[in-house]
Amino acid sequence: MVVVIDYQAGNITSVVRSLRALGVDSTVTEGPEEVLRARRVIFPGVGAAGEAMATLKRRGLDIALQEVFSRNMPILGICLGAQIVLDYSEENDTPCLGLIPGRTRALPRGPGLKIPHMGWNRVDFRGSHPVFAGLPPTAEYYFVHSFFPEPREAAMVLGITEHGMAFPSALGSKNLVATQFHPEKSGRYGLKILENFLAWDGSYAE
Amino acid sequence: MLSKRIIPCLDVRDGKTTKGIKFLNNIDIGDPVAMARRYYEEGADELVFYDITASSDRRNIMIDVVRRVAREIFIPFSVGGGIRTLEDMREVLLAGAEKVSVNTAAIQNPPIIAEGARIFGSQCIVLGMDVKKVNPTTKIPSGYEMVIHGGRTPMGIDALWWALEGERLGAGEICLNSIDADGTQEGYELTLTRMISEAVSIPVIASGGAGRPVHLAEVLTEGKADAALIASMIHYGTYTIKAIKEYLDQKHVPMRLTW
Repeated sequence: MVVVIDYQAGNITSVVRSLRALGVDSTVTEGPEEVLRARRVIFPGVGAAGEAMATLKRRGLDIALQEVFSRNMPILGICLGAQIVLDYSEENDTPCLGLIPGRTRALPRGPGLKIPHMGWNRVDFRGSHPVFAGLPPTAEYYFVHSFFPEPREAAMVLGITEHGMAFPSALGSKNLVATQFHPEKSGRYGLKILENFLAWDGSYAE
Repeated sequence: MLSKRIIPCLDVRDGKTTKGIKFLNNIDIGDPVAMARRYYEEGADELVFYDITASSDRRNIMIDVVRRVAREIFIPFSVGGGIRTLEDMREVLLAGAEKVSVNTAAIQNPPIIAEGARIFGSQCIVLGMDVKKVNPTTKIPSGYEMVIHGGRTPMGIDALWWALEGERLGAGEICLNSIDADGTQEGYELTLTRMISEAVSIPVIASGGAGRPVHLAEVLTEGKADAALIASMIHYGTYTIKAIKEYLDQKHVPMRLTW
């Protein structure tokens, strides 16, 4: 069972629809019990870190996510879901889930640099993670965000994107992968990432 | 580097794509769902649907279109036209749109921008602006005035001031339409686009006036737009999205060329 976690952080219907286009029915849940029963978890989300963490805690989803992470279940974080898996977010000065050591920081501002970083951009993938296999180097992915995840360990950065600075746009540690971009809105190659995730057994040697 | 976006715009009336000049003489040109699928496959970076249905059950017709489009394409799309309440926004977003564009309702009731941004997130809220060039006055110092009803009703609001106010209220993006250029196919309003894009930090989509690829090159460089809306130039097969993007790539405008 593929579970998509709904914690009132934006619209998750596009994730569900993308999975359906790949022939997979998913269960949307707001409760920790269903997360603990899942075979695979997708953790999407847009919005602010403070409110998102408050909702996760209120529903016991923070504990459930930490539990499934320790059980080696494949987890995919998307956008805000790639940020609050770190220890801390500068956004609303928020302590986060701590699945990956590191911090979420604000993108730099500067003349002519639009914030949010909104639109299509390349990802320079590193390493050979199975979830990011089979993607042409010139493919682009859809981003919309003002903060970015910064893992403490460079080995956990699986992709880099440029917007005013080079920032980590894909992360991976053990059975968790996460993308700052939205694979569900990134056309054919975004769907390819979701398809790879659905086939992934959760193992990755860093 | 962030690519500039090419965004086909589909005006939808009674569930059919239509195209008119300056909001007049609309003729049906196809099924919006089939057109959306085709533009998605041909490399569109995003789509905009503008609902111009006049009938009373307009909302249901459009929601059905949005739902069917969302099953077919996996890129962002926005829906505008007649979005007046938070409930309208919710319905369109839940049906599968990534963004809603608010135009008249934002002018008449600015808090809807702030409330929409708070509930759904800024990234969902596009401030749609219809703008007309006027002689600068103390009330309209920029010389560009907000208008509604397809340009027939001037609002006495300065467009530059309104763009900054929209950003302050929480809009995540601006779709900037020049009423003067709309439908002419003679090029975007570069002065207006550049003025607004340089003033705000959120992305600006230029709209109105696209006729040839060179117009997109102009507005995405000189005009400083982050994205360009196109309609007639692709609806009638004059150009393909691919050809437009390849032209812009040659002009060193950053483009997404792999899809």
